[in-house]
Amino acid sequence: MSSHDIPEENLPAEQDAEHGAVAVADEKNPFADPGLPPHEHRIQDIDERAAKRSERMVAMLFTVSMIATIGFIAAYVTIPNDRSIYVFPIGHLSAMNFALGLTLGVALFTIGAGAVHWARTLMSDVEVADERHPIEAPPEVKAKVLADFQDGAKESQIGRRPLIRNTMLGALALVPLSGLFLLRDLGTLPGTKLRHTMWSKGKLLVNMNTNQPMRPSDIATGSLTFAKPEGLEETNEDFQKQIAKAALMLVRLQPENIKDKKELEWSHEGIVAYSKICTHVGCPISLYEQQTHHVLCPCHQSTFDLSDGARVIFGPAGHALPQLRIGVNADGYLEALGDFEEPVGPAFWERG
Amino acid sequence: MKKLSARRRHPLAAVVVLLLALAATGGLYAAFAPASKAQADETSQSLAIEEGKKLYQVGCASCHGTGGQGTSDGPSLVGVGAAAVDFQVGTGRMPAATSQGAQVPKKRNIYTQAQIDQLAAYISSLGAGPDVPTKNDYSPEGADIAKGGELFRANCAQCHNFTGQGGALTHGKFAPSLEGVEPKHIYEAMQTGPQNMPSFPDTTLSQQNKKDIIAYLKAVNGDQTENPGGLDLGGLGPVSEGLFGWIFGLGVLIAVAVWVAARTAKAKKS
Amino acid sequence: MSTTTSNESASRGRAPAGERIADWADGRLGIYSLAKSNMRKIFPDHWSFMLGEVCLYSFIIIILTGVYLTLFFHPSMNEVVYHGSYVPLQGQLMSEAFNSTVHISFDVRGGLLIRQIHHWAALVFLAGMFVHMMRVFFTGAFRKPREINWLFGFLLFVLGMFTGFTGYSLPDDLLSGTGVRFMEGAILSVPIVGTYLSFFLFGGEFPGGDFVARFYSIHILLLPGIMLGLVVGHLILVFYHKHTQFAGPGKTNNNVVGMPLLPVYMAKAGGFFFLVFGAIAAIAAVAQINPIWAMGPYRPDQVSTGAQPDWYMGFSEGLIRTMPGWEINVWGHTLVLGVFVPLVIFPLVLVAIAVYPFIESWVTGDKREHHILDRPRNAPTRTAFGAAWIAWYFVLLVGGGNDIWATHFHLSINAITWFVRIAFFVVPVLVFIATKRICLGLQRRDRDKVLHGRESGIIKRLPHGEFIEVHEPLSQEQLHTLTAHEQYKPAEIGPTVDENGVERKIKGSEKLRAKLSNAYYGEDNQIPKPTVEEYKEITSGHGHH
Repeated sequence: MSSHDIPEENLPAEQDAEHGAVAVADEKNPFADPGLPPHEHRIQDIDERAAKRSERMVAMLFTVSMIATIGFIAAYVTIPNDRSIYVFPIGHLSAMNFALGLTLGVALFTIGAGAVHWARTLMSDVEVADERHPIEAPPEVKAKVLADFQDGAKESQIGRRPLIRNTMLGALALVPLSGLFLLRDLGTLPGTKLRHTMWSKGKLLVNMNTNQPMRPSDIATGSLTFAKPEGLEETNEDFQKQIAKAALMLVRLQPENIKDKKELEWSHEGIVAYSKICTHVGCPISLYEQQTHHVLCPCHQSTFDLSDGARVIFGPAGHALPQLRIGVNADGYLEALGDFEEPVGPAFWERG
Repeated sequence: MKKLSARRRHPLAAVVVLLLALAATGGLYAAFAPASKAQADETSQSLAIEEGKKLYQVGCASCHGTGGQGTSDGPSLVGVGAAAVDFQVGTGRMPAATSQGAQVPKKRNIYTQAQIDQLAAYISSLGAGPDVPTKNDYSPEGADIAKGGELFRANCAQCHNFTGQGGALTHGKFAPSLEGVEPKHIYEAMQTGPQNMPSFPDTTLSQQNKKDIIAYLKAVNGDQTENPGGLDLGGLGPVSEGLFGWIFGLGVLIAVAVWVAARTAKAKKS
Repeated sequence: MSTTTSNESASRGRAPAGERIADWADGRLGIYSLAKSNMRKIFPDHWSFMLGEVCLYSFIIIILTGVYLTLFFHPSMNEVVYHGSYVPLQGQLMSEAFNSTVHISFDVRGGLLIRQIHHWAALVFLAGMFVHMMRVFFTGAFRKPREINWLFGFLLFVLGMFTGFTGYSLPDDLLSGTGVRFMEGAILSVPIVGTYLSFFLFGGEFPGGDFVARFYSIHILLLPGIMLGLVVGHLILVFYHKHTQFAGPGKTNNNVVGMPLLPVYMAKAGGFFFLVFGAIAAIAAVAQINPIWAMGPYRPDQVSTGAQPDWYMGFSEGLIRTMPGWEINVWGHTLVLGVFVPLVIFPLVLVAIAVYPFIESWVTGDKREHHILDRPRNAPTRTAFGAAWIAWYFVLLVGGGNDIWATHFHLSINAITWFVRIAFFVVPVLVFIATKRICLGLQRRDRDKVLHGRESGIIKRLPHGEFIEVHEPLSQEQLHTLTAHEQYKPAEIGPTVDENGVERKIKGSEKLRAKLSNAYYGEDNQIPKPTVEEYKEITSGHGHH
């Protein structure tokens, strides 16, 4: 805002002697605090026309807010909730969300802008100094409080009667224990639950996608298949709990590419079945690179080599993925030959 | 690319392609084939194989061997099937640059669809493999989008992210974004498992499953996909949201705070 | 609080209604005495003093929008089939929590907006607290008498992180469920009691059917309740201590210079609330956050790449991603160091910055109150420590987003992980050294400015041909501002023998203190500020450079 149209007589005096000390060089100490600088007027303080402009601006901002709120209500009532609009450069978005958000945003923002503009241009901008007082109490207050405390303690006789004191402390120390006991039923005890999954000898491997048991010929080299134990349906009440441990991934390797002897033994025609649950903290690990046979965890990048007993080759996991021993049943379907021999998922204290 | 693929859907496109292919093969054939060996009973299929072989010798043989048997620079192509060729060449991944990084990225395709078909015909003649899917296989008609979503989260999202934005693999490899990838190519990728991607053959992920997945992707990551809340910030989740929150959330508020706290202009003698 | 009283009208007949209401309230609440000391309370103007307000206001916005969301959210993990209007989920099995969140997003008018405001405000709240904390740190505003308020603020930051975590876990979507699974794994890694803690938290085996309801009461009641108390305490202390201020003419350790609460700060701070709310509402109108419908319902056997927590948990994600997978098996027990070590470092990262005020006051031994803020350059060691801590934090943030870095900058994820592993130790040290150098350089520049004046950029040629740049002397205000800071002298151990010649035993802590003090205020660790004598000597010889 330029000041060239302000009448000459309205401009402030060179120095406003009433407010603040006038800065003069101190002969003794050139670094001395010159005191608060004199107050300088704003255009609005001396030019009523500028002040009027500010007033109109503030009023306009408040009016825009009112209009925006009416717009908000209108948008809420008129726009169908499933209407999609294209807004450049955002893309397709919900018309309702866009309209409500913008009108609400404008309605709120202009209230704030109006208030701040009012404060900045019209309210007094004279800086004021407020004295501080020490936080600490003066010595006589402190002495009084200490004396009062002594009196109170003495009157309670807590010092004279240690029996009362000790039993009280004992009672107070014990009473939270009941609360602690009440927490016991927050959950069942672990027992050996983390050691077992739904897999057992003879359970068929059911394809997650098709919900059908599989034959070895279904699993092509380089493919990736996820399996669940026969009998586990999405609609089962404990599905989430069971699949959290039993999820399985199947890949087919060339038997001659399998480096680990046990892995080869537990495989069937090069088909190996590994737990899908990462041994680090339990993410479903399944970023299988079919050329390198590495499988990567998307959460923390633990990398396992499926051609070498799924040992850890990178990242924070502490041990290999558990393998499930598989074979085929009399009908030619893939089946488990038992449960996992070690706990699946993240390690824990009792794992051993 | 977009224009080309749009025109490819034109009802007359097949006729045009056929005419072009015939003209091209005819012309090439006339130019290269010794006239005396020409046989009248050549079928168009064997013609295509023949032409494909020529294209193969020029563009592919240096890495994959003169007979598709593979070399140290490229794997064997025996039995990969027409679908693999259509995917690799159609997305521009093949032929690859001589020196590649961690994996071969997609780039501009330099072949016509007719030439790709010829190459595919030649490679299929080396050993049977999955065929190029027909439009019916991947059209969203009759697909269950929600089922596709479940299948996508179970089989694909771990590498490609929940709406197919792609993600990182080990040592600089990555699962590419699926945005703007043609349904046919998505279908072929699932079928053939290009590069480090595992395959999802029909025996474990049925044709209907694949159709569902493609329909889901079109719904959540197509040109017409709505992001009801506004900018999708790359669809990457909390990292880009956090960055946006810092820059445009806190950044804007700090700018506002500077305005609130700043001194108002003083009247000065000019 | 409409306590507009006018003295003139009080004497003439019936007082105006506002005054009568105020009188009524005063007779019961004593509001006049309260207003006497607070209504015209002075607040100094500086943009960085408003960062705390950003946090306060986003906290209020979060509470307002959060209450709205509770009206529609069902904190239950019962499985239901989705029948709402979002086609790609129709017919899917999901928990009621997820179902109701999708319902809020698509079938409650304005529900999506409120969800987005709630989440964006949460990100801004945490970012605001981080920056506010750094402002307080770098200006030394945590010194006596404000150490307790520093701790209140720190607790708010930590509780805010966990409120955020429990909040974004509530919808039970695939992304947040993965985060909860991580939490289960982290708890399992705790030696001896880990499995029990996990089973008690989840009501048995993961995921069970309880955690959403439990997180819900933690997220909407327990943590915000504590936070509200802390916020109130924080604000009371700000009022009680009165605000700090930067050095300047007229500003001393015994006053506070600024504008009064009524009317200027009432308008500015009140207006700022609307500005913050409006800006966040506008962001929620144009930028989508946490699209849970796209992520799908949680299933323990499904995952998406790019699984990250919200930004404020990112540094812990970095810790966990870069830790080597150490695991020790002895006597039938497993010590999961690969997870447990990050779990222990996680609070240590935060505590490192939280306890700093107490370490500094122990080193300086300063028992006085401080109300004048330090310029960061005038406390080089503190500034260097703070910068090193931020660098440490950001290195971990990079580690937490290593997959996003890898795909967007075409890098190897393994290389980034290794970079973070090394940088975790190296970068803070480098940043510490560099920051300290920069601070000392700036101190030297200030010293030159005081002694030789401001470089005017005007080149003058002297009669004998020499070219000189004209330096303009500083005004007294500037001289005062640049020399107002105090400089400590390094602590000395003192005589090692007492007055009787008996050798005094020097405690290790005393030696350490002297060493640290020297590192803070020793010869090469701060530039002595110009003295009056130096100034006079230089300025008396006019024109001599």
